[in-house]
Amino acid sequence: MKTIALQELHADEPMLCAGHAACPGCIDALSVRHVLASLGPNAVAVIPPSCMAIIAGPQPYSSLKIPVYQPTLEASAAAASGLRRALDAQGKRDTLVVVLAGDGGTYDIGFQCLSSAAERNEDFLYICLDNEGYMNTGAQKSSSTPHYAKTGSTPAGKLTRKKNLTEIMAAHGVPYVATASAGHLADMQRKVAKAKSLRGTRILTLLIPCLDGWGVDDDMGLAAARLAVETGAFPLLEVEDGVRYTVNAGKTRPIGEYLAIQRRYRHMDAAQVSALQAEIDEGWARLQQRAATSAGAAM
Amino acid sequence: MNRGETRVLLTGNHAVAWGARLARPKGAPVYPITPQTPVLELLTEFQARGEFDAEIITVESEHSVMSACIPASLAGVRVFTATASQGLLLMHELLHYAAGARAPIVMANVNRTVASPWAFWPDQTDSLAQRDTGWIQYYVESAQEALDTVLQAYRVAEAALLPAMINLDAFYVSHALEPVSIPAQASVDAYLPPFDPPHRLDPARPESWGNVVSQDMYCRHRQTAEEAMTRVPALAAEADREWAERTGRAWGVVERYRCDDATSVVVTMGSMCGSARAAVDALREEGVAAGLAKLRLFRPLPVAALRAALAGMRDVVVLDRNHSPGLGGVLHQELRAALYGMDRAPRVHGLLAGVGGVNVPPRRIADFVREAMQAEPRPESVWVR
Repeated sequence: MKTIALQELHADEPMLCAGHAACPGCIDALSVRHVLASLGPNAVAVIPPSCMAIIAGPQPYSSLKIPVYQPTLEASAAAASGLRRALDAQGKRDTLVVVLAGDGGTYDIGFQCLSSAAERNEDFLYICLDNEGYMNTGAQKSSSTPHYAKTGSTPAGKLTRKKNLTEIMAAHGVPYVATASAGHLADMQRKVAKAKSLRGTRILTLLIPCLDGWGVDDDMGLAAARLAVETGAFPLLEVEDGVRYTVNAGKTRPIGEYLAIQRRYRHMDAAQVSALQAEIDEGWARLQQRAATSAGAAM
Repeated sequence: MNRGETRVLLTGNHAVAWGARLARPKGAPVYPITPQTPVLELLTEFQARGEFDAEIITVESEHSVMSACIPASLAGVRVFTATASQGLLLMHELLHYAAGARAPIVMANVNRTVASPWAFWPDQTDSLAQRDTGWIQYYVESAQEALDTVLQAYRVAEAALLPAMINLDAFYVSHALEPVSIPAQASVDAYLPPFDPPHRLDPARPESWGNVVSQDMYCRHRQTAEEAMTRVPALAAEADREWAERTGRAWGVVERYRCDDATSVVVTMGSMCGSARAAVDALREEGVAAGLAKLRLFRPLPVAALRAALAGMRDVVVLDRNHSPGLGGVLHQELRAALYGMDRAPRVHGLLAGVGGVNVPPRRIADFVREAMQAEPRPESVWVR
């Protein structure tokens, strides 16, 4: 394996500063540090209540070097729309508006205004920091929580599947919808750069393993992110203009390897693991089909 | 008198839209709701004709309207929107947020009954239920006053850095056609300079809004907002005086109609004032020393102006076209508190008149005044028809 010097990974000026309020080993802060470095200083962040709002720091401090507006939990995409248009009205069309929201603020309570903003193709980059639950309130279920995962509000494990945000948002026909994670850093950075280069509504979902909420060892956050991709639990994909699907990494491992390193799945029996494997295989097959269809259409 | 004004027939809603157009906002998130929709439609029409240079955002709910208004204002542009009834209630959380963010948004609200049951009649419960949100609240009586108040509200809101709401009664004001003088754009531009706030969301000067604060910071923030509110009655009076210099029209903070030698005074807000004027005139014909004190600025409550306007009166008859269950009429109870402890304080009679849009003709208002003069005031509000 090629060794990369740390400074090469974020050669740009760091925009998320040291001294922030994240938990030790937090993948949220790690991911956002890379994202913001790629986006640069000409940006305004919209950060609803979430882990990221805590990481952004208590007044009068801010861990971000760019201005931050913290809206109400359910309003990120609407707030980003208002901010975008106000910047446009002042001729600041090159200033990027970037939302850094959690999955609760995206899949659940903020979903209505996100759908509306996507329908209007508002010009902003929406990043969902997806830790698959309400981790900032102590790990309760959201509609992003995967099937069988145990949370504070699903003590017997969640009975239903994770909402497929990527396909739903892609169906709005926006220019770019993608998934990524810090476990595949080069892929994530490429997608952030690509999203930055486009106009219109761009939605990037980053899988953020939550050490405490998922019950993952302190040094296993990135390993969990990698296993999520390699087992097909969190496929890396891009959808351009709602139709061109590209799958960016293969599914090479059984789901059991991903489940084994997380306390939230410890209650599962063999039958449930098999059922989950079947679900993932089915979803994977559908995704391959979509990618093949778009590749065929391109020829 | 011709100050470059154009005299036309307008509904209250269209007068509001003209006021918004003349204020030259740069942002206007909108969502339709009866009876406000004509405001939205005329603004989009203005824009289509190239006469309204604002970013109109057609969001999916009133909640998103206000969610978009706040950061737009904080980014440094003038913002306008309009709503009514359920839409205002849906905004409730954001009304607090806007005031806390010190965003001087101006919004028209068409006062309409709140569900359930569903109804579409004039009733001010929708906006009075927002009295603790930190918004400046005006109540207007006519289309002309609606137009003028939009412009005055921007002056006051931007000076105090507080959001302002202009309330007009459903249909009686929102849909009634009246002659309205539209001021010349140059005159409005001189009255209302471009919005230039001291802080804004701008990467060139990175500042943030909304980060978590300590107890002490929160408390100080509220005190600062209160200090700003305290300045509003004087700012509103000044904005009105300067408007009168340009247009010849003054509306006052509290208007005293035939009050100078009056002993019995009606106090109310909005379209009911028109009927009350007619009632006062009829009572005067009979030799009853009646008057009207029209409360135009409800938040902040201009306590000093109210005490001055009502000093020496024997009977004050408050007409509330709103209902706060378990309390009665909001204005009745606020007025009792405002006048409490006055030397020879007036007797305050609170009447729930016109709740749900029930018609209250001048004849009945004259009856209410005569009856109040003969009756002992009661602490609770009384239902009347």
